[in-house]
Amino acid sequence: MTRRRRHHQGRVDAPVLLALTVAVTLFTVLPMLLSVSAGLTNNFSRGLASGLTTRWIAEVWALYGATAWRSLLLALACVVVALLVGVPCAWALARSRSRAARLFEELLTLPVAVPGLATALALILAYGQLRGFRQSFAFILVGHVVFTLPFMVRTVSAAFARDDLQSLDEAARSLGARFVQRFLGVLVPAVAPSIVAGSLMVFTLSVGEFNLTWMLHTPLTRTLPVGLADSYASMRIEIGSAYTLVFFIVILPMLWGMQALARWIENAHGSSPGPRR
Amino acid sequence: MDHPPDRAAERTRVDVVDCAKTYPGGAQALQRTTLVVEPGEVLALLGPSGCGKTTLLRVIAGLVDPDAGGRIAFNGDDVTARPIEQRAVGMVFQHYALFPQMTVAANIGYGLRVRGVAPEALRRRVGEVIDLVRLGGLEQRRPAQLSGGQRQRVALARAVAVQPRVLLLDEPLTALDAKLKEALRDELAQLLRQLHITAVHVTHDQNEALAIADRLAVMQAGRIVQVGRGEDLYREPGHPFVAEFLGRVNRLQREAGRGLALGGIELPCPPALGASATLLVRPEDVQVHAGAAPGTGWGQARVLQRTFLGDRVQLRLAVAGQAEAIVSDQPRDCPVAAGDTVAVTIDPRRLMAAALEDAS
Repeated sequence: MTRRRRHHQGRVDAPVLLALTVAVTLFTVLPMLLSVSAGLTNNFSRGLASGLTTRWIAEVWALYGATAWRSLLLALACVVVALLVGVPCAWALARSRSRAARLFEELLTLPVAVPGLATALALILAYGQLRGFRQSFAFILVGHVVFTLPFMVRTVSAAFARDDLQSLDEAARSLGARFVQRFLGVLVPAVAPSIVAGSLMVFTLSVGEFNLTWMLHTPLTRTLPVGLADSYASMRIEIGSAYTLVFFIVILPMLWGMQALARWIENAHGSSPGPRR
Repeated sequence: MDHPPDRAAERTRVDVVDCAKTYPGGAQALQRTTLVVEPGEVLALLGPSGCGKTTLLRVIAGLVDPDAGGRIAFNGDDVTARPIEQRAVGMVFQHYALFPQMTVAANIGYGLRVRGVAPEALRRRVGEVIDLVRLGGLEQRRPAQLSGGQRQRVALARAVAVQPRVLLLDEPLTALDAKLKEALRDELAQLLRQLHITAVHVTHDQNEALAIADRLAVMQAGRIVQVGRGEDLYREPGHPFVAEFLGRVNRLQREAGRGLALGGIELPCPPALGASATLLVRPEDVQVHAGAAPGTGWGQARVLQRTFLGDRVQLRLAVAGQAEAIVSDQPRDCPVAAGDTVAVTIDPRRLMAAALEDAS
């Protein structure tokens, strides 16, 4: 009886849900389409009637092209640092049950909650006088690592904390492996899918990061999002929109590539025979 | 490292001396325990969950430090202070803990590789062990592509590839389903004999322990209750817990100094049972005769329940003089039905005393 009623309700709801989904999707996609089309029209105020052009894209590329490469390099560097610092840190946090470790974990997560502006201001107050550092990309890199590290650490330490990882560690120990051999040869490969997921997240966050970067950048260390803000503020609307298009063109293939790589690693890795996620 | 394959590995005697384990927080997982595992022997640590058997195994392995005063020696060589990496033990884990990203061959060769064994010697040894556990043809598979039984064999092969002094097995068959478990149990028993290696085997399954081990150490509440050969423990348990854990038993009551009241008769008890008020008897030793008593020495019982178990029939009997129902195992063709009145008797020589400790 109840089952039949639920089934019946489901049928009545379906068209409503479908309509709602379509409406929300259109509402969300429309601005994107409009923005992209604005970057391709001669004169946005006169609409598509003014004709299509790639002139704005060329102009953006000439003015801001360097920011795209900088952003990609920065994001890759951020992933590398987050891996080198975050993976050992994740292992230590997963293994320790001490109060200090829990406190450290909270501290690590703080920059996600604290506005990026505040973090950036603190970095400038502390290290702003070190001119070489202040004016280099390393300064922005530090900001990005502070912001993205918790995402890597949380993802990977959840994987390290699983019971089957503890057994893998003990098995490797029983076979005589020293810590470094176990860590690099057994434990890190065993959580490879989580490390890849963490890396993807760090990369994505770093590419789109604006708050911190806006405070930390110099005219010579502008990233893609900062350039975007600059073009919106000081150029024609068509240039800002073309910039968005450039952003898509640069970032999307990169993300797709990394996701394909992640899938490939996951497949090559095979799923563990033990309990898993 | 490069022993020829047919040479038996050095046989190690394991001494556990005064080892106890108290966890931070005060939980005492293991009471002060002393135990000897003879060279080449397979010893089972048998007991219900929480009895301390896994803790004892981990103390021997070097994964858990015993409380101060405890000592572990392999052939007289004190290894108490050495971590597991330096104890030269092989260990088979409950869920095998195979390295998921490595092939079968790489898993088995891992211990040799971290020791820096030359590739040629490594390949040879891995090949030997793969032949031993009959995993030929699966060398390049990954653990996820193997069946439960195959994984179990890889885990064993990986543990013995480095020719450990002692092999430690932590519930090695628990992760398998019942049918496979039985087949692998016999295979494992045979393999351990072939290896001639001292082994300690933790299990909660008495059939597994009886089939695999030379001797059993039955554990309860953090201490070893009794150690001995499986058959001896089964026939003459020194403790009611051992009798009850190794197979099933009926508990029978009698008045002090008298025979056993059994359905209207009084069964004479051998003097060896002493004054024990509680006697134990195994279901297969309770004889049942359909219909009237075939002679003297048979009491009367009413069948409460008849359960067909395939290879046998289990009867629950209400017997005058005994408060609890008595369970009897009968051949599978037993015609008795629930509600029938039957004759019942017990060979007094099959009665076991629930020892004095029972009072505690």
